[in-house]
Amino acid sequence: MKALVRKIIFYLVTIWAAVTVNFFIPRLMPGDPVQSLLARYQGQISASAMDSLYVMFGLDSNASLLTQYGRYWVQLFHGDLGISFKDFPTPVATIIGQSLPWTIGLVGVATIIAFVLGTLLGVILGWRRGSWAEALIPATTFFSAVPYFWLALVFIAVFGVAYPIFPFYGSYTAGLIPGWNWDFIASVVSHAFLPAATIVISSIAGWILGMRNMMITVSSEDYVTVAQAKGLSESRVMFGYAARNAILPQVSGFALSLGFVVSGTLVMEQVFTYQGIGFQLLKAVGAKDYPLMQGIFLIITLSVLVANILADIVYALLDPRTRKD
Amino acid sequence: MSDTVETSGSVLEPTARATTPPIGAQGATTTGSSSPRSTSEDVMPKRVRLVFLRNAKSLVGIAILLFFTLVAIIGPWVAPYSPDDIDPAASMSAPSPTHWLGATQLGQDIFSQLVVGTRGVMVVGFTAGIIATCLAVIIGVSAGYFGGWGDEILSMLSNIFLVIPALPLIIIVTSMMEHPTSWTVILVIALTGWAWGARVLRSQTLSLAHRDFVEAARANGERSWRIIFFEIMPNLTAIIASTFINTVVAAVLSEVMLAFIGVASLSDWNWGTILYWAQSSGAFQQGAWWWFVPAGLCVALLGMSLALVNFGIDEFVNPRLRNTGMNAGRLRKLGIRPRVGFTPVVVTKGRASK
Repeated sequence: MKALVRKIIFYLVTIWAAVTVNFFIPRLMPGDPVQSLLARYQGQISASAMDSLYVMFGLDSNASLLTQYGRYWVQLFHGDLGISFKDFPTPVATIIGQSLPWTIGLVGVATIIAFVLGTLLGVILGWRRGSWAEALIPATTFFSAVPYFWLALVFIAVFGVAYPIFPFYGSYTAGLIPGWNWDFIASVVSHAFLPAATIVISSIAGWILGMRNMMITVSSEDYVTVAQAKGLSESRVMFGYAARNAILPQVSGFALSLGFVVSGTLVMEQVFTYQGIGFQLLKAVGAKDYPLMQGIFLIITLSVLVANILADIVYALLDPRTRKD
Repeated sequence: MSDTVETSGSVLEPTARATTPPIGAQGATTTGSSSPRSTSEDVMPKRVRLVFLRNAKSLVGIAILLFFTLVAIIGPWVAPYSPDDIDPAASMSAPSPTHWLGATQLGQDIFSQLVVGTRGVMVVGFTAGIIATCLAVIIGVSAGYFGGWGDEILSMLSNIFLVIPALPLIIIVTSMMEHPTSWTVILVIALTGWAWGARVLRSQTLSLAHRDFVEAARANGERSWRIIFFEIMPNLTAIIASTFINTVVAAVLSEVMLAFIGVASLSDWNWGTILYWAQSSGAFQQGAWWWFVPAGLCVALLGMSLALVNFGIDEFVNPRLRNTGMNAGRLRKLGIRPRVGFTPVVVTKGRASK
């Protein structure tokens, strides 16, 4: 119970910290967002509208910082993340709502594939040590050290340009109307192939290595020895006894990595012009669109936090020892 | 604790089969007979120093690392051209004897850009790594050792930093700076990258803080700073080293990425800058592989060398992880099938029959 209360306090403090960081970012930085907006729409916005713009972006110089901070929270509770500069009258929440599903779909599926494949390989590598398969490890290390956006560039050059097998621009063929029909789904899948392959190849090494190391540590435990002494089949001991216990840290790692699903592959989306959240963030950075940057940062932080909560729950379900108090 | 494993001129003996569980979770060796301390001096060779350096993986890693360090130091002097020199005649030329790795659209020599850019990558990576590791050590060790309210607050702080995604924050903060210098990039990377190390160090310190040798030092009346620096820190060396390496890898990747998306300053050359220009000039659509392939390979090689050093450290600390794969052929010759719970232990020839 005490542990639960601590966890809840931790989550609340983290949310508070994230929102506060978010609040201060545009205020502490040099440069004036409203001025830059005026510069963008030269002549189209009259100088008299400036004051109302300051108020609209919550940068009212008449209000104290504390009042602004209070207003920011009130806005957040109304689900109001402000208005984008880049696509001027569009609310930030709308933009995020449109791009988030793409990121979650693409990176989520790729992460699950990488996790399942990597963990399975790790089980086998950890169990059969000293076989030729050990040679895979340096190779996977190399791939995990490759910057994923560079891998994406290479994939585009090879499978997109030199041998045009897969499309590498956008998330579906331009002109198709989104809907649940075969053409559209096929187009989405083929567009997602290269980005997903990039994520899987550059992230699988971590799963393999983590699982392998846990397998090696677990497989010298007494219960594995006993299981083997009982004459159980090799695969039963491998999966039912060793892997089952070795997978615990992997599961918590997986839940955590789900949070980084949204943030981890920002740049890759830009390379493939994939209309996800990372693509939007980089566009916002390019256009100095503070409200959009803030909104996206908040969403990313919240998703990491939600993934953390999930990790805690799953861990408690899997490992009774963590439920002790 | 790990320097008890002998690796010189010897034969492998499978002392720990599936039926013999090794001693201790992180036990250094599995049998007494292989420990140099427990054998008579005339049989065993001298205790080998720097066992860490005998690990093939860490040796390869260190060699690559030294190579890049050397290039970083002498780079600007040995580069055949200035990275900014424009030679219109060479525009988009493929690798040739005059331009080893070809030239950009403007006719700049890519090999020179790569060589000159090494310094930026290494300096930012290592400086950020050093700062972040210092922060991690200070915060982690003091939280773990002193405990109490300070621990609560510091742990909370590092957990918050773990949850707040560093990469978007780095991008946002750097993009808001008007003229980001390398120092801004270093500081932003360091200030967002210390949390994981602090967490690991804290838990390890926590487990060390009440071991017998620390209690003994305390009973002797040693001061806190002495216990921390002379009793606890030496036992954290391996963890600190691997924390450092992990942060350097993360810093290098973040830096290259910042340059690639054009957020960091483009006036200093580094590998990310090359990739930025390659992408914005559409190098990959024109099949100019020589423009973007070498830079990425360099990042990957550097990252791999650091990861190899890290493997070396892991295996140094936890002998169970030592790779039997390297000796697979040797084991087969001896008729040993590596399997569960197998920890190879090296014994000198004279004792192999035991």
